[in-house]
Amino acid sequence: MTTTEKHEFPMARTCPFAPPSAYEQIREEEPVSRVRLPDGWAWVVSRHEDVRTVLNDRRFSADRQHPDFPALVKGEAASRRPDEERLLIAMDAPEHGPARRAVLGEFTVRRLEALRPRIQEIVDERIDALLAGPRPADLVNALSLPVPSLVICEMLGVPYADHEFFQDLTVKTFRQSTPPEERMAAMGAIQGYMADLIAEKEQNPPDDLLGRQIVKLRAEGTYRRSALVGMGLLLLVAGHETTANMISLSTVAFLRNPEQLALIKADPGNTLNAVEEMLRYFTIIDVASARLCVEDIEVGGQLIRAGEGVLTLGHAANRDPRAFENPDELDVERSARHHVAFGFGPHQCLGQNLARMELQIVFDTLFRRVPTLELAVDVDDLPFKDDANIYGLYRLPVTW
Amino acid sequence: MKIIADTGKCVGAGQCVLTEPALFDQDEDDGTIIVLNEAPEGELVDKAREAVLVCPGQVLSLEE
Ligand code: HEM
Ligand code: SF4
Repeated sequence: MTTTEKHEFPMARTCPFAPPSAYEQIREEEPVSRVRLPDGWAWVVSRHEDVRTVLNDRRFSADRQHPDFPALVKGEAASRRPDEERLLIAMDAPEHGPARRAVLGEFTVRRLEALRPRIQEIVDERIDALLAGPRPADLVNALSLPVPSLVICEMLGVPYADHEFFQDLTVKTFRQSTPPEERMAAMGAIQGYMADLIAEKEQNPPDDLLGRQIVKLRAEGTYRRSALVGMGLLLLVAGHETTANMISLSTVAFLRNPEQLALIKADPGNTLNAVEEMLRYFTIIDVASARLCVEDIEVGGQLIRAGEGVLTLGHAANRDPRAFENPDELDVERSARHHVAFGFGPHQCLGQNLARMELQIVFDTLFRRVPTLELAVDVDDLPFKDDANIYGLYRLPVTW
Repeated sequence: MKIIADTGKCVGAGQCVLTEPALFDQDEDDGTIIVLNEAPEGELVDKAREAVLVCPGQVLSLEE
């Protein structure tokens, strides 16, 4: 057994288009091994099969409020509130399933398909505004952020006019350098906002996701405002920052690989497949799917004991040659759907089919309507989010 | 071939529906799986295999 820790985590990417360079060595030489964290240590699990095993086994807990859950930021564990209500993402069975199923009806493939025309309209409006504005423009602010924000705001029934308020707070919560007290304060501020909004909706529940939840849960006799506040908050935060980062990064990847872009332009039937490949290729949420072992289990030949933390390296798994041929190549024609970019198991992304649709519509529309789109700066000068738990771009200067 | 679905493990991600809407649907209330066609034939056999591979709850299996 390895008892010393060779590597420190979280580990920054040195190339925006590849995982941290040590991932390959870890995956090939010590696929389940110990790493140092700011305040302790944890196991990393790096092979595709092992990552899936961990994320779909009840012996691993998602309880982010537990004092022993692996902390990626120094001092974060001390700011946890084990007595507080958990967000969906931090719940375990048997609490997690019913909470998730309460909202799943809003995210079925069929329900989302009905939103497609409206999402297309939102994308078209943003591109109209982009084309009417000055060159160069920042694509993050012109398209990547507003599209998913507008969509999730409309779904939830959150006034888009307030988007700057929660967008700034979201960026703060995902930045690793944000001190734990400030992160808590930022979350508290979004929570207060959501609580006021929901209190107002309780009076006369509108026909939006939050309003429908109030009606449905009241009818079942299970309505609690605090639980809906948590759900609303999670959907709002999870629903825009992630997709925005994927829009920005994929745009850069398409512009650097014109032959790949040509494939989706030639046949939009390829776009959904390209979306899967971009998700795999960038794996923007990497170590964020951490878990706490609650019962001894062997993973990839290594015994993991109850009480020990695990980081599932999604980016190592998504570049595992056992699961993907030529994994470091961007190939929009490959079948990449078994990637773990949305996680795996009971917590696999609830908004994944919404994200897929948004990305598909953006790729199809952006490159068709702005065929001469190009980067306005060198790739090396782009501000990548090397310091955030969710990878992406702070700004993306483009011209056409 | 027969599709076996351990529906209690379904996490409602809809990856199966996305794979082949002719074989799978989701409950409109809680998003969990509904198998529309348990005995796929021809091209649908490959789709069933793909659904087994991508399902995040490891809900699906095939009886050959
Ligand atoms: C490309 C964009 C996205 C990526 C890469 C992404 C990734 C992820 C990942 C990896 C997880 C699992 C975390 C874990 O296992 O601990 C997750 C969970 C979740 N995501 Fe996403 N996500 C995206 C977009 C969205 C959108 C658009 C929404 C909502 C509208 C959303 C809502 C959620 C929620 C609610 C969960 C928690 C599910 C649960 O715990 O049962 N995500 N996401
Ligand atoms: S892919 Fe699996 S978990 Fe998702 S809805 Fe279908 S059966 Fe359920």
